[in-house]
Amino acid sequence: MNAALSIMIFDENRIRAAIIEEGLREAGHTHVVVLHDIVGLARQIEIIGPDVIVIDIETPNRDMLEHLFQLTRSVRKPIAMFVDRSDSLSIEAAVEAGVSAYVVDGLRKERVKPILDMAVSRFKAFSRLQQELADAKSALEERKIIDRAKGILMKSRKLSEDEAYALLRQTAMNEKKKLADIAQSVVMAAAILGS
Amino acid sequence: MSFIPTGIDQHKSGLTAPATIRTESAKLVRAGFIPLVDAAVLIAASEFGFAAREGIQIDLVKDVSWANIRDRLAFRQFDIAHMLAPMPVAAALGLGSNPSPAIAPFMLGRGGNAITLSVELYRRMQEKAGLAGHEDALTNAKALKLVIEEMRAKGEALPVLGMTYPFSSHNYELRYWLSAGGLHPEEDVKLVVVPPPMTSDALSAGAIDGFCVGAPWNMVAVSREVGRIVAVKEDIWPSSPEKVIGARPEWAEQNPETLSRLIVALDRAAAWCDVSDNRRELAQILAEPRYLDVPFDILHRVLVGQFTTDPNGTERTVPEYFTFHRQGANFPWISQAQWIFSQMVRWGQVAYSLEAHRQVASAFRPDLYRNALGSRADIPVTDVRIEGNAEDDVFIDGATFDPEDIRGYVASFPIRNTGSGTTNQSDV
Repeated sequence: MNAALSIMIFDENRIRAAIIEEGLREAGHTHVVVLHDIVGLARQIEIIGPDVIVIDIETPNRDMLEHLFQLTRSVRKPIAMFVDRSDSLSIEAAVEAGVSAYVVDGLRKERVKPILDMAVSRFKAFSRLQQELADAKSALEERKIIDRAKGILMKSRKLSEDEAYALLRQTAMNEKKKLADIAQSVVMAAAILGS
Repeated sequence: MSFIPTGIDQHKSGLTAPATIRTESAKLVRAGFIPLVDAAVLIAASEFGFAAREGIQIDLVKDVSWANIRDRLAFRQFDIAHMLAPMPVAAALGLGSNPSPAIAPFMLGRGGNAITLSVELYRRMQEKAGLAGHEDALTNAKALKLVIEEMRAKGEALPVLGMTYPFSSHNYELRYWLSAGGLHPEEDVKLVVVPPPMTSDALSAGAIDGFCVGAPWNMVAVSREVGRIVAVKEDIWPSSPEKVIGARPEWAEQNPETLSRLIVALDRAAAWCDVSDNRRELAQILAEPRYLDVPFDILHRVLVGQFTTDPNGTERTVPEYFTFHRQGANFPWISQAQWIFSQMVRWGQVAYSLEAHRQVASAFRPDLYRNALGSRADIPVTDVRIEGNAEDDVFIDGATFDPEDIRGYVASFPIRNTGSGTTNQSDV
């Protein structure tokens, strides 16, 4: 009665899917299948008959799954995890993290919850990672633009590097703007004025 | 509810965007929508000040699937949502993977769907049945039957047709059209779900051979020279219920004033959308990336009903392709919820029972519509009528729907999927 649950992850984002898969395997789940492509999904579901399907909430293909579940002859009808509202906090967390899931009707909640919790935390970790990457990228961009602005000021105003930086900083403070925005204006002005 | 009279007094002049805006803090209503032209009334209510005048701020959230819309409404991320009319009916019957109740107090207008086939398949129909290009929808369905008979005889793969959701007007209209032409939707073709924005790509890639979907995706397929429009919703049944405003029942109960004001705002926005002079402005707003993100030109042509049905330049004008307000287009007829139920029974999605028949009536809420708008010449005084009975509102096969006799109605179709039908037991 404690047979291993069969879990299917459908996510077009391969990296995120891999992160979730790894988490589930670490937690001792051995029957984990990852699919990235909608083509063949129906057949895979038919063959594997997963107990739990974890799916990215941002894929329009959820509607295809709904159709599939309508067509299935099986009594093991999957239901959206939202149906069980007894644990509304964790459902809310799931929706916010972008996870949706289908669970075979009748499956005990205690067996499914750790799987969903795992998916949710990995989804969150993934978006954090993405945000950090985006931040790092934009920080790099900002540094580049500030360097260019400094170069322009050093050349046109005959300033030292420190003086050019101080001028940018002072202007940013006076204008109550970000240093990078001021630097951007300098670069743009230089491009327009052809200096 | 003291705010109602002011709303009604101003109805006659409510065709221009209101200039005054309430100063007290607006009530926030979170609304989910799918990027389709029939979300226009909801978007217009928010964009052109109709909601603000009723003291409502609509927070519009674009979503990607009907399953998400359903779940986010159920799970309080949305208060209301742009929904397929069959969704609240399915929920009332406990169908689908999350049958959380939703009520529909307002219809978002009539029209908008069409059936498009691949150019290749249509050319074959032309050849086989001698179509010149201006034939009616029923003739086109019969021509498709001739081609499918030939495909069968030659052992070719049968056409795959896309629709949007198991509980959708598209599913029932596509099935209605096919069966009116003598085709069985589960034996003569294969039906699959394709998300609307992907229909053109799926058609051009050969993954599907046709689809039934809302605007603007049919026109998009023709403009990309991959599709041929063979029927529009009006050809199948002009009054066929399309999209609704769905609300979570507890939210509606806890916020009766807000719901009433929202209905007033939607009513005015719908009247504004119906004025042909406003359709250019409407198309401009809908074209924006945060809404449909589709070229203005296509949206404008769809909104004025000027169709290019074939990449070869064949034109067709459908002046009533979108009716947002006229002829009681926003009134949630209980008989239309019952018609949806009849199609669910016809195709084996649910078995007929008296109890189910009663449950269906709770999904559409004409009482809330009337409460908000009071009595007006264009608001019906009954909730139920015989459908398809008016001269300008006929079904493609000439049948009429009497909600008193759903079993008789379903049994009258030669092609159906109920156990006692002429065809195989349902596997829907």
